Amino acid sequence: MSAAAVRKPAESAPAKWDEDPVLTVEHLTMRFGGLVAINDLSFNVGRGQITALIGPNGAGKTTVFNCVTGFYKPTEGRIVMRHGPGRQQQAIDKLTEGGLKWQATSEGAVFLLERMPDFEISHQAKVARTFQNIRLFGGMTVLENLLVAQHNVLMKASGFTLGGIVGIPSFRKAEQVAIDKAVYWLEQVHLIERADDPAGDLPYGAQRRLEIARAMCTEPQLLCLDEPAAGLNPRESAELNELLQYIRANHETSILLIEHDMGVVMEISDHIVVLDYGVKISDGDADFVRNDPSVIAAYLGVEDEEIEAAPEVASLVVEAIGGDAAKEVGIKAAAVPAADDEAHPGSRPSGLSAAREGGPDKLTRIKGVGPVNEKKLNGLGIWHFDQVASWKKAEVEWVGSYLAFPGRIEREEWVKQAKTLAKSSKGKTGGAK
Amino acid sequence: MSAVSTNVNPENSFQASIKDALLAAFLTGVLGFYFLALRTDIAPGGLAITTRWGLWLSAIAIVFAGRLLLNLFVWRTDKPITRGLASAGSGVGTALPDLGKWLGRVLFAFAVVLPFFFIIFFPAQQRQYIDLAILIMTYIMLGWGLNIVVGLAGLLDLGYVAFYAVGAYSFALLSTHFEFIGFWTALPLAGLLAAFWGLILGFPVLRLRGDYLAIVTLAFGEIIRVVLLNWYEFTGGPNGISGIPKPTFFGLEFSRGEGGFADFFGLEFSTIHRFVYLYYIIFLLAIITNIVTMRLRRLPVGRAWEALREDEIACRSLGINTTNTKLTAFAIGAMFGGFAGSFFATRQGFISPESFTFLESAIILAIVVLGGLGSQIGVVIASIVMIGGIEMLRNIGFLSQIFGPGFDPTQYRMLIFGLAMVLIMVWKPRGLVSTREPSAVLKEKKKIGADMVAQGEGH
Repeated sequence: MSAAAVRKPAESAPAKWDEDPVLTVEHLTMRFGGLVAINDLSFNVGRGQITALIGPNGAGKTTVFNCVTGFYKPTEGRIVMRHGPGRQQQAIDKLTEGGLKWQATSEGAVFLLERMPDFEISHQAKVARTFQNIRLFGGMTVLENLLVAQHNVLMKASGFTLGGIVGIPSFRKAEQVAIDKAVYWLEQVHLIERADDPAGDLPYGAQRRLEIARAMCTEPQLLCLDEPAAGLNPRESAELNELLQYIRANHETSILLIEHDMGVVMEISDHIVVLDYGVKISDGDADFVRNDPSVIAAYLGVEDEEIEAAPEVASLVVEAIGGDAAKEVGIKAAAVPAADDEAHPGSRPSGLSAAREGGPDKLTRIKGVGPVNEKKLNGLGIWHFDQVASWKKAEVEWVGSYLAFPGRIEREEWVKQAKTLAKSSKGKTGGAK
Repeated sequence: MSAVSTNVNPENSFQASIKDALLAAFLTGVLGFYFLALRTDIAPGGLAITTRWGLWLSAIAIVFAGRLLLNLFVWRTDKPITRGLASAGSGVGTALPDLGKWLGRVLFAFAVVLPFFFIIFFPAQQRQYIDLAILIMTYIMLGWGLNIVVGLAGLLDLGYVAFYAVGAYSFALLSTHFEFIGFWTALPLAGLLAAFWGLILGFPVLRLRGDYLAIVTLAFGEIIRVVLLNWYEFTGGPNGISGIPKPTFFGLEFSRGEGGFADFFGLEFSTIHRFVYLYYIIFLLAIITNIVTMRLRRLPVGRAWEALREDEIACRSLGINTTNTKLTAFAIGAMFGGFAGSFFATRQGFISPESFTFLESAIILAIVVLGGLGSQIGVVIASIVMIGGIEMLRNIGFLSQIFGPGFDPTQYRMLIFGLAMVLIMVWKPRGLVSTREPSAVLKEKKKIGADMVAQGEGH
């Protein structure tokens, strides 16, 4: 249902990420017990592109990362990694039917990541990652951190330790090559002066850069960055942008990143995928996503407490989605668009033409309802908690579709919340507030 | 109390000290009255009370004087004398890494000439001292072996003695069942068998972390010991295995008469030759352990061990197969334990499960922890202090002069052992040599402080 709800870009030409994807996530579902963290998610990551995965807190972004990099085994779905150009659909279909994890093809190789353990995904499929909470080897030097990243190459060169113990010359050569590569990346991230310091001694921003350098030392085809700009100051953020663009331009590495810093996302991303409650709500380039009403609704609707509490978050959202779009939604909501009953599944809840005596209830007290949605609900003639409380399944479905986030009303238990709120407000006179 | 002291003027502080000491003395008097001053003895027809006023008063006097001195010189003064002690302690601590290299060389040089040193300077006790040196060297080797698992890979292993036992029994059984297998042929076999059992232990503990890992390794050590004890037909059970052959020097036995070592080289026969030879065998084995460990640290597998200790999840994200890496750590550590075990068997000539109790594991682990996780020289110092120090207690005569002829200091060795551990852990919580040396250097070698280095699982 979610895939159908996602708005398609107007232009008909297929996007680069659909034509030549390095990574394809298909119908990915991840359940933790009863909790559905990701529900039937599909998207592509274009080769040589920077793809951003954004969404409100708890949308399931890091879960997607953990599935792609093998730290979680997905409940359902297929995750395909491709080396070499094109979709290589035949090879993938053959591989899916067979029991193998990966297969070399004439163009390169294809990998089914959901079948592979985490270390093989890094080693064979060449997918590297960084972590939201930095995971460096704090007691080892910066240089050692980068040498550990080249473990598999060095291990082979050392004859799986036996040759290394007797000191074969080819291992020394390989080690020199590894150090040269480490030096190259240390220069790129401006840490060459700190090469012999313990990684745990570095300032926060430097640790983030080192983690990226360490991931790049594994020579990945796909680099997954989990909030690389978190905790960075604006100057460091700008440096990060440069580093990522440098990697895209000079190395055959595609980048998939999770980021909350919209400045970073909008500036460098070729392609943005927006998640909310484990469901894809938008997919396209920066301009497309910026103007997608469902994205605006998700950001304004979900984080409304945050927006009210901190004006800078609101401005951030407005900045992210563009001022015009935000205004557009606001105006639309205020002007009460004539809702088309037939356009949505289920049945439209009956509304009142105006609030009852004593004024309308403050619908934003229902967790999940933001100011924008309150206005939209008012536009439907929904003014009071007891009205929401009386919704049946059909109405919930209709409103969910109308507000452009199907399934959320059930998940956030609006009806149940409204029942309690209606009960508690009945005790007071008038019921308002 | 020291916080109160800073701005007190000296006279007030003296008065306060006297007052405090008097109070303490009074409390001692009250508390001690029934314990010290009065004593009931069984007398004909009931109990009789004897009074011991002298003891009671001297206890009060000791508390008063002690409390007063502590007040004056430690608690109620701006310059407590213990501060000097503390700074001296930390001074030694920071100087140790720099000293470490030189200390290592001096110790190595001394270890090379050690048997001759004792033969020349202590001819009366040469056998005893060389025997002690062999014992210490065995523990150094065991410590180095365990250091791979605990210090480098960060996997707490409480059952290391199991591999020591496997090594010892491998050699004992092989040599008693097959005539042609001597010490030198059995040695690699014992190492391989111990490594194999290292893998067997490795598999079930791979998924465990922290305390659970420690408990399973502890259980594994006990299982091996209990099997050795109960598999009577194969291992001889509690009777152990005796008649294990002594090592030979290129086929020459250390025996009296023709064809022996002394006869071949035209020396006068002496039992000390065998001890010197045993010493050099364990010295060689220990040095091999050390060289291999130091080399491994600079190889990718060693770096992977240390990375595993720092952060296992990051390791996996970099394509390191953590299963194999842990298994190699267990297997290589166990292999050195097996070598040491087969040396132990040949030195003793007799082994039984009694030699492989949990206490042995605890002592080896204590050596590694006291020395500093991952530090090679630290293990040497800790072995000398712990094994040598305890044995030295036997020879301290003056203690029995103080505490009476019935006092045997070795009876108190576990007490002293425990006290020493507590003191060292308070003074240097990360062991004697806690800094880490980087395994690769670009420009300048810098030591890494202990606070940076992670300890791994189960600590």
